[in-house]
Amino acid sequence: MEEIKLMKGNEAFAHAAVRSGCDGYFGYPITPQSEVMETLQELKPWEETGMVVLQAESEVSAINMVYAGAACGKKVMTSSSSPGVSLKQEGISYIAAAELPCLILNVMRGGPGLGTIQPSQADYFQSVKGGGHGDYHMIVLAPSTVQEMADFVDLGYELAFKYRNPVLMLSDGVIGQMMEKVVLPPYKPRRTMEEVIAQCPWATTGKVGRPHNIITSLALESEVMEATNNRLQAKYREIEENEVRFEEYMLDDAEYVFVAFGSSARICKQAVEYARAEGIKVGVLRPITLFPFPTKKIQELATRVKGFMSIEMSAGQMVEDVRLAVNGTKPVGFYGRQGGIIPSAEEALEALKTQIIK
Amino acid sequence: MTKQDIIKPENLVYGKTKVLTDNIMHYCPGCSHGVIHKLIAEVIEEMGIQEKTIGIAPVGCSVFAYNYLDIDMQEAAHGRAPALATAIKRLMPDKVVFTYQGDGDLAAIGTAETIHACNRGENIVIFFVNNGIYGMTGGQMAPTTLEGMKTATCPYGRNTDMYGFPLRISDLLKEIDGTCYVTRQSVHKTANIVRAKKAIRKAFQNSIDGKGTSIVEFVSHCNTNWKMTPVQSNAWMEEHMFAKYPLGDLKDTPKKRFDEINHL
Repeated sequence: MEEIKLMKGNEAFAHAAVRSGCDGYFGYPITPQSEVMETLQELKPWEETGMVVLQAESEVSAINMVYAGAACGKKVMTSSSSPGVSLKQEGISYIAAAELPCLILNVMRGGPGLGTIQPSQADYFQSVKGGGHGDYHMIVLAPSTVQEMADFVDLGYELAFKYRNPVLMLSDGVIGQMMEKVVLPPYKPRRTMEEVIAQCPWATTGKVGRPHNIITSLALESEVMEATNNRLQAKYREIEENEVRFEEYMLDDAEYVFVAFGSSARICKQAVEYARAEGIKVGVLRPITLFPFPTKKIQELATRVKGFMSIEMSAGQMVEDVRLAVNGTKPVGFYGRQGGIIPSAEEALEALKTQIIK
Repeated sequence: MTKQDIIKPENLVYGKTKVLTDNIMHYCPGCSHGVIHKLIAEVIEEMGIQEKTIGIAPVGCSVFAYNYLDIDMQEAAHGRAPALATAIKRLMPDKVVFTYQGDGDLAAIGTAETIHACNRGENIVIFFVNNGIYGMTGGQMAPTTLEGMKTATCPYGRNTDMYGFPLRISDLLKEIDGTCYVTRQSVHKTANIVRAKKAIRKAFQNSIDGKGTSIVEFVSHCNTNWKMTPVQSNAWMEEHMFAKYPLGDLKDTPKKRFDEINHL
């Protein structure tokens, strides 16, 4: 019988990390995600699975620990919230450039600056467009339930190792802090050193019976660096081709579409209920992967619906990608709240009526 | 007896260590990086730890150290090498892990990573090359630049009222409870090279024995950016650098284990 627990999203993520056979967590406390490391320290996984849990001196140090662990072929992760994730951007750029698999969790809070500790989705640009220097992308997964906070750990590692690419889970203070029922994944053993070497022959596991392995992102010759960039871009196109994930909610007969991820998608589902009670046929497209973005799905919807409404906890970031996909063929509206305020279902529906239905 | 009779493996008194690759080094003539690389490589071979040693290259002149040392290596972002070394050693405790860093990398941009890796007493080795200047970027002021010393970003000499004082970071690190061995060496004379090699060996052994963090500082010069000949640089280093950064062991005490401490 499956084991149903009631816990916070941050706690579910920590439990799932241990169960996924994670080798190491490196983090630094910041609200609203501190329960991740607190839960891990309480679980003491080093006694059971041998997983390392370390509180670093900074976000900068933590992400560089992740770089090094990933460069050894290990399953490593870090978690933080918006201001802390900004600090990690240098390291993320290096990780993407050196093509290292790892998992990063951002439990977003309102910014800019020190901002607020309340939930937000204003790190969409940073996450999806590449917050650090250079041309790169992370694979970005957007959980909208506590269950997905647990489930996306395994999925994240699967994608990270498949493409040798950092994977970001872009959550927010609502999902991180709220308690919900969750079925925790079964325990997977940590890989043995032999399994790590077999899976990651490129990793710095010690020069035994092969030429020395070097993990670097440096190439002073422009031709070499351009070739690296071309290889990365080809990988990103492959990811766009193969890894788009989204949830469709009452889209079959929809004339209007809310596009929303994470917490906002939950609000939009409520707004759909209110709209349909009034006879307005609305559905929700919830991108699960923000990179790759469900561009083709939106293009397909644009051929049969009357308009789109992007609902976000930001000043309007994902809406730009919706507009790019729709490419002027249908009206695209936006409604969002900022600074830690969550838009209500009533506000979302009102915005749809005033901006799109008119 | 002909020359060919003498050239036999059993008669060999000295050879290049196999832990150094055949790649041609990019270092300037007169630079001490080559000697330090060679000493580290020789010790790795002599200790039989080539297969289990992981090195971290910094950002700075020695950024390409991974091209010269025939061991698995990672290239760190500027200053972050001790964080990388921490994770590698924690995830693979049977490995011997070292960083190789310059003064800008270790004592300016990476100060937090350096101090906290030492404070955790990570069982790693930190090799620290201090020549009082940024070499790779073209001779700018370093945290270790001496008072009055001219660099590209203090062309009238380091004025301590404006730029502060030369940072004796090893003296700071010796005060930290997690360090076990802090020593200051040089490689400008044969006797110093012999002593430096012993220090490198001791540092690696400390790491294997789990005694804490070992720091081997090499007081060096940068004849190119000091704008001197190598011989002049050595003389200037002896007179001025050694006065601020005296050679010798600063600390040789294993870190305390938790069960040895009267804790709460």
